[in-house]
Amino acid sequence: MYKHTPIKNHLQEIQLITHRAITALILMIILISILIFRLSYLQLTKHDLYTTLSEKNWLDLVPMEPTRGLIFDRNGVMLAENVPVFSLDVIPDKIDNMPQTLSQVAKIIPLTDTDIAQFQKQLKQHRRFDEIPLKLRLSEEEVAKFSENQYRFSGVIVKARLMRHYPFGGSFTHVLGYVGRINSQELDEIDQSNYSASNYIGKLGIEKYYEDELHGVVGHEQEEKDASGLSVRTVNQKKPIPGDNLYLTIDSKLQLAIEQILAGLRGSVVVIQPSTGQVLAMVSEPTYDPNIFVEGVSNKQYKELQQDPNRPLYNRALRGLYPLGSTVKPYYALEGLNTGVTTVNYKIYDHGTFQLKNSSHVYHDWKRLGHGVVNLPKAIMVSCDVYFFELANKLGIQRLDDILMQFGFGKLTGIDVGEELAGNVPTPAWKRRVKGMSWFPGDTVNAGIGQGFLQATPLQLATAVATLANRGQRFTPSLLLGEQEPGEKMTPESPNFLNKIELNDHNYWKVVIDAMKNVVSSPEGTAYGRYGQNFPYTIAAKTGTVQLIKKKNYDKDHENQSNFPEFLRDNSMFIAFAPVEDPKIAVAVVMENNTQAVAVARKVIDYYLVGPQTLAPPVVDPSKPVDPNNPATNNTPAANNTPAANNPPAAKNTPAVNNPPAAKNTPAVNNNPETNNNDLED
Amino acid sequence: MAFTQIIKQRLTSNETRQGMLQKLHIDGPLLLGLLLLIMLGLLILYSASGQSINVIQQQTMRIGLSLLLMFGFAQVSPVTYQRWAPWLYSIGVILLFVVLFVGHIDKGGQRWLNLGFIRFQPSEMMKLAIPMFLASHFHKVHLPLSFRSIIFAAFIIAIPTVLTAKQPDLATGILLATAGCCVLLMGGLSWRLIGTLTTLAALSTPILWYFMHDYQRQRVLTFLNPGRDPLGNGYHIIQSKIAIGSGGLFGKGWLNGTQSHLHFLPEHSTDFIFAVCGEEFGFVGSVLLILLLFTIVLRGLYITVRAQDTFTRLLAGGLTLTFFFSFFFNMGMVTGILPVAGLPLPLVSYGGSSMVTLMASFGILMSIQTHRKLLTS
Repeated sequence: MYKHTPIKNHLQEIQLITHRAITALILMIILISILIFRLSYLQLTKHDLYTTLSEKNWLDLVPMEPTRGLIFDRNGVMLAENVPVFSLDVIPDKIDNMPQTLSQVAKIIPLTDTDIAQFQKQLKQHRRFDEIPLKLRLSEEEVAKFSENQYRFSGVIVKARLMRHYPFGGSFTHVLGYVGRINSQELDEIDQSNYSASNYIGKLGIEKYYEDELHGVVGHEQEEKDASGLSVRTVNQKKPIPGDNLYLTIDSKLQLAIEQILAGLRGSVVVIQPSTGQVLAMVSEPTYDPNIFVEGVSNKQYKELQQDPNRPLYNRALRGLYPLGSTVKPYYALEGLNTGVTTVNYKIYDHGTFQLKNSSHVYHDWKRLGHGVVNLPKAIMVSCDVYFFELANKLGIQRLDDILMQFGFGKLTGIDVGEELAGNVPTPAWKRRVKGMSWFPGDTVNAGIGQGFLQATPLQLATAVATLANRGQRFTPSLLLGEQEPGEKMTPESPNFLNKIELNDHNYWKVVIDAMKNVVSSPEGTAYGRYGQNFPYTIAAKTGTVQLIKKKNYDKDHENQSNFPEFLRDNSMFIAFAPVEDPKIAVAVVMENNTQAVAVARKVIDYYLVGPQTLAPPVVDPSKPVDPNNPATNNTPAANNTPAANNPPAAKNTPAVNNPPAAKNTPAVNNNPETNNNDLED
Repeated sequence: MAFTQIIKQRLTSNETRQGMLQKLHIDGPLLLGLLLLIMLGLLILYSASGQSINVIQQQTMRIGLSLLLMFGFAQVSPVTYQRWAPWLYSIGVILLFVVLFVGHIDKGGQRWLNLGFIRFQPSEMMKLAIPMFLASHFHKVHLPLSFRSIIFAAFIIAIPTVLTAKQPDLATGILLATAGCCVLLMGGLSWRLIGTLTTLAALSTPILWYFMHDYQRQRVLTFLNPGRDPLGNGYHIIQSKIAIGSGGLFGKGWLNGTQSHLHFLPEHSTDFIFAVCGEEFGFVGSVLLILLLFTIVLRGLYITVRAQDTFTRLLAGGLTLTFFFSFFFNMGMVTGILPVAGLPLPLVSYGGSSMVTLMASFGILMSIQTHRKLLTS
């Protein structure tokens, strides 16, 4: 035990520690003297003052909840309001036997299990003398009924309070989010005194992101109370400061129209104003009613939402990660031109396949026999895969990634809601880290047509195409148009522009954009038939189709997916901006398991640029409610090999509204579906 | 129960009481002081909780368990503590990391580690592990401490302190730093260095400010000016002062406090329980409570001085001083001479985690006192 340093001086050590013990003793005596001195000051010197404060009349501070700021759309349509409701509140401290009181209350006003569960949760988080809501939204009848019995319950009161309400139900949920009761975790993070009168806090979306602005500042009333704790009078008052009103960049009419267009489908549409970066609409379908979360969602309701195969809780616009498919081609074309790897007039002969040197693997074009002679503008217009296989192979993965990053893929857009995901632009380093495999030349070839590990959100797709519309002017997309302090005018937010993408020759923008124009306007273009013609504006666009499963054979049934289980069918996507010369909107449409993207985009753009009359109510719901077990319900007897067979009512409906002559044309030219070739992965 | 049988056996044997306690490794004076304090604490708690039998039952259960733990810790010889100190410390630090990590996932403050059957607070464990590890380290080197030892000690203290403060539990973090510093003080840190460090600490306050959470800054600001936040922390201080001040010389009498019972005083059964004592038992009662606490501290110092080697001396001294500071911090906060930091009053406040640690530390003190090799007699 005493094997350590032999020259250790034990006697000196004992002395040292004893000295220190004495020093510590003196220190402690000093500190205790301070404490006792302080007590004597409070209890003896100032005793009279504190007795007065304590015994004669009680001064009590009652916190007052600030009114939460309202949320409007860009035209002043109210999207989130506060409605007065009566609630039944309980002050736990005044109740001796809680279970008994609750069961007695339940005899007068029916309480659900959810009410009680919510209340028990709140009970643990609040001080015993706080008022805790037991049941929200009492009917007038219930208020009257309880008031008659009020005398029996001293700690239970009916209280009028303001409750958040979203008048449009689910239409704006994926933008606004919702408020809910403060939970214990949030309680730790907030300024508790500012929230001492508040029961709600933003949980998601705008409500969460702008919580500080919306909440306001707590006020308080100083009440004089008699010895039994009853209020005598209000001594003074500091009024709460209401939260700021927010004006969003969202155009609620457009948003509602898009929701109507998407009814019954799964997918997302994001519309951005390129000149400002303002998000005009952000729709993710299906959606859910946020109001049930404000009142406290029941387990059953929540489970239903969670287990719904259509996943309404999933915010596809911000969090849906989709492979880009052929929508990636315009960006790669820009990089090809800018680096000089390809030129406008460089031609290849596409006979339907592509092979790497020293490899037997064959990459197929979506068009089996190829597109023949193809230059860059044509490659974009007909979405030629072989051209881009070759271009990607020449560019190499680093340059492919570089241009995508410049357009904002692979990182957060920085939009002012918290939930967005960054997607993924795969690099060789990423593949090694995550997949544990090295990067093969074949991966680069696949990337050339947007397949493989590349993933982006609809918001990123819209931001990128708006950047394209701006000829390279980048921006951070925003949802906040302006803030309005109570009683003041709205202070508008200024757009947040980022540095521009500079190309060596400004003409490259024109080359790619003109080619995108032809995607819709040229009879060879991939969207020509499905978009329909006779629109009074110019448009540049690109289509995309992404296969969710690999089909075993490259068989003739390839285009007809009606015999596929619904959730395995291809996703379709469409990016566009219009008018081409002076872009007013940029749109990204991603549809899950159906081919509707182009048709949806047509309706959205027509609605915005032509007018509301283009949308004929009621919109025919093309696909029945999802039933994965019975895909046949989606088929009409007339099912044939054209994709239009998947949804005959909508296909006829779409262009018909606007331009009857084109209606006949639609199904006929539609047998040119663009589908990325299968058999891509090695 | 085997334990009670042993006691009975011992009681019936013809050994002296002193010898019996010695065999059970119990220090009589310390036990007596603790029991007195616990009983006084229960009286205050009964009043503070609004005469809730339920609260008293739960508190008594905790006390019982803590006492058992204390007896358990007293049986282990100091040599074993010395051997295990580095391991205990390392495991504690790892657990603190785990807690921080788990808390990070939950996006909120987290102090607990849920082991399924029990919820465990690693920062509490560190209250014992830091003094133990430092004492065992200093045991191997020369005293007074070399510069290198001091730097080493500074790291040993800083790691768990920062991790705990990050949780965020600044109060416990401060107590951990205090526990470590107490051992350093006992180990003969030179006065000049203490002076330098104090100055450095004062100068580094702005840096600390930078690392503080918003609500922690609020507390400091509110301490400096309670009026700025009359609804939140300022409210606690104002109401606590009214409660204590209105108590006067002899107090309003047990169960007769008004401030606390009408709930002007929040957290009256936990952190602010001393205010209830001040209101109901007055100046005299409060001073008696302080003196009782001080008696326990004196016994701890006696054990320190009588201890037989450097490890036990430093450990006993460190634990005793930590006990002193934990009640001084609380009383200072309640009377408004220290910022509100959320520390309970040891052995009196309602709640379990700190009580368990504290009783364990008294168990260690008893072990040090009763495992001495008797040279004479």
